[in-house]
Amino acid sequence: MQSQLPFYPDQASNFAPSVDSLMTFLILVSVGFSVIITAAIVIFFFKFHRKSKNEIGVPIHGDMRLEVMWIVIPAILALAMFGWGAVIYVDYRHAPQDTLDIYVIGKQWMWKIQQPNGRREINELHVPVGRDVKLVLASEDVIHDFFVPAFRVKMDAVPGHYNTMWFRPTKAGRYHFFCSQYCGTSHAVMGGWVTVLEPADYAAWLSGTTGEDVNPVVAGEKLFAEKACSTCHLSNGTGRAPSLNGVYGGTVRLADGSTVTADEAYIRESILYSNAKIVAGYQPLMPSFQGQLTEEQILSLTAYIKSLQSQPVPATGAGVIAPGKK
Amino acid sequence: MSTTPPKPPGYQLPKEHYLNATYGLRSWLLTTDHKRIALLYLASVTFFFFLGGIFATMIRIHLLTPAGYLVTPETYNKLFTMHGVAMIFFFLIPSIPAVLGNFLIPLMIGAKDVAFPKLNLLSWYIYITGGCFVLYSFATGGLDTGWTFYTPLSSVYSNSAVTPAVLGIFINGFSSILTGLNFVVTIHTMRAPGMTWFRLPLFVWAQYSTSIIFILGTPVIAITLLLAGLERMFHLGFFNPALGGDPILFQHLFWFYSHPAVYIMILPAMGVISEIIPTFARKPIFGYTFIAASSIAIAVIGFFVWAHHMFLTGESTYAALAFSLLSYLVAIPSAVKVFNWTSTLYKGSISYDTPMLYALGFIGLFLIGGLTGLFLACLGLDIHIHDTYFVVAHFHYIMVGGAIMGYIGGLHFWWPKITGKLYPEFLARLAAVILFVGFNLTFFPQFILGYLGMPRRYHNYPPEFQVLNVMSTAGASILALGYLLPMLYLTWSMRYGKVAGPNPWPATGLEWTTASPPPTENFDVTPEVDWEPYDYKNRPDLGLGTPSVPSLSPAHGDD
Repeated sequence: MQSQLPFYPDQASNFAPSVDSLMTFLILVSVGFSVIITAAIVIFFFKFHRKSKNEIGVPIHGDMRLEVMWIVIPAILALAMFGWGAVIYVDYRHAPQDTLDIYVIGKQWMWKIQQPNGRREINELHVPVGRDVKLVLASEDVIHDFFVPAFRVKMDAVPGHYNTMWFRPTKAGRYHFFCSQYCGTSHAVMGGWVTVLEPADYAAWLSGTTGEDVNPVVAGEKLFAEKACSTCHLSNGTGRAPSLNGVYGGTVRLADGSTVTADEAYIRESILYSNAKIVAGYQPLMPSFQGQLTEEQILSLTAYIKSLQSQPVPATGAGVIAPGKK
Repeated sequence: MSTTPPKPPGYQLPKEHYLNATYGLRSWLLTTDHKRIALLYLASVTFFFFLGGIFATMIRIHLLTPAGYLVTPETYNKLFTMHGVAMIFFFLIPSIPAVLGNFLIPLMIGAKDVAFPKLNLLSWYIYITGGCFVLYSFATGGLDTGWTFYTPLSSVYSNSAVTPAVLGIFINGFSSILTGLNFVVTIHTMRAPGMTWFRLPLFVWAQYSTSIIFILGTPVIAITLLLAGLERMFHLGFFNPALGGDPILFQHLFWFYSHPAVYIMILPAMGVISEIIPTFARKPIFGYTFIAASSIAIAVIGFFVWAHHMFLTGESTYAALAFSLLSYLVAIPSAVKVFNWTSTLYKGSISYDTPMLYALGFIGLFLIGGLTGLFLACLGLDIHIHDTYFVVAHFHYIMVGGAIMGYIGGLHFWWPKITGKLYPEFLARLAAVILFVGFNLTFFPQFILGYLGMPRRYHNYPPEFQVLNVMSTAGASILALGYLLPMLYLTWSMRYGKVAGPNPWPATGLEWTTASPPPTENFDVTPEVDWEPYDYKNRPDLGLGTPSVPSLSPAHGDD
């Protein structure tokens, strides 16, 4: 433990210093208020102690200037806290471009993690220093939450949803991660270690992939054919379903005239609840795959569809307005 | 207190009062007297408080060692769940409204009873029925979902007795709704002549605000838990994604009630504090209208902050921004109250009788509880401290440090009115100090634990967290002593305490103008109010401010 301040955990991500500064600001404001109120109570305690049995206090009913003052000053400080917190949160909720995407599935009571090249881990997560890492979180059963105190980040893994979280590790080392959303009997042991490696070490570690680990993109491509997705989603855009080339990261126009950004959550929804959002110019023909795919299969399909964006975009892709900016 | 001091001359219990007007179990179980119903509630919430307390004690003993000291993981999960359910739904929510509110609202506004006395008794029976369902759940397999009942854990995966528990809470909800309805109608229609809205004691304003939440919020939690129960029993897909439901929907519905429920717990305690401080400073409360209005503001704004429990569920960034801002907004009226209470002390004639010690302790603990709420409302910080012990510490400062300090302080303040007897002052002050010290030692280390990253609801933990956990457990044992003491001496005082007289402090409210204990119909003649609240200067009937007139106050001679 090499904390800069007592009672602050290790700082090992880009978010840690900014969250700690914000924490320090709130502590200072809180201590300031507490000192003022406590000092007032203690001073009044001694100064206005009842001197005789029948004494009464001086009737003072209030003071409008004081009321305004102690509404306005706390309101300004509250706005400052809100604003500072909002800046960090908005940054946290919007992952930068070009992240290292790692897939994380929570289930009672373990974390299954898959690196971009297919290497699998359980209750262990290896990440490189200095790289923006995005975790795509899913759950097979109840709600879990992936929490890394040294990074100051957490996010729920919600069944039926994809959530994403991101961070940039700044210091090599091993750090606890926990499940922080109560998930049943062994909630407290559903944790492990994040190992932050120097980039070269990470690359070496990653290449230690065993033969059983299949790259999720490859696995997804296989599923794409097996589940007959490829019979309608033709890559040249002439099929009964829109081409998926370049869909990820772009904007999709829907039949009802609205648009949607094609992120992981949208791809997932389109697979499981295929009629929820119909792409403009297409019929709602696709069957629902709800209950027919495991979370890992959905993640593989998602990884494959995401990989399609680097390929040339066909001109006829009716609903696709713009390719991904990446 | 080893020997009973002689009764002060001039004070004897009234010959007939609400406690001895009729006798027998039947006269209690079929009573429609709001004061007796209050005592029925007092006995039943005390039972649930000590039940919840036993669970808490076991939790703290278990956490003495990193591996867990006492019970299996299954049992530990049941302990914190049952602790939460017993304390929140069956102690904290009914405590001040159903005990002190029931007893005092009619007395404070000069009425003979509440508007619907039979409905009032029905509320208690509904509460007991709900309580029996929950006790049945505890006894037959227990409950391990957390008091939050998050789906799909509660509706699909839990193997514990969820169904009777949610039915019990569903049933109990009607008790809250009927009590709230009763209070609102009573306060609107049964005020004595001259008791205008702005002459109402601030306790009544606080109860009125609480009743609004009871009426508007409780139906939502009741139906939400029923839906979770239906999903569990009949596999109807409301919240389970495998059945086409949405688990996040449950959280929206749950917190739509359960965040305002925090204000159900704290607003009445704030009302108690607003009565105690002017009484023991013997001057009008500073900023009456601001304190009254802030109660209403908290009740109303409190309905629009619920999704601050859900910043990390994947809710939209815009929703998170709105709910964070609204959460800061609801902090302002709470701050206004603290400033006004503190200012009331200025140029007062302050005595440090037990209720005042509780009131000052309340301000200190509520201050910390409220300020740490700002940390959790802060989006950037919540990413780190959400679902850690920081949250546990924060809400215990509000609910135990705030609501329970207010409740016990209020029990002491009105004990002479309820029983006609005084409690032993030295022991009572000692208990107040023990509670304050024990509470801080128990819960302050948990803030640090939380920031260091210890998640809540963990039956074991990494060894680096042990020192702070041991401190917390040590504090809890002091806290337990602090709760046992009042239980003992208050019970003792019912029989052996000094006779209090109608107005021992003296205080300015209407409830102090009638006998202690009051007669069944509260007042011999309907009172007429021609004074402002807490107006010590213009109340010659209190015998204060003119040293030549002897005081009505027989006890607690100021030291």
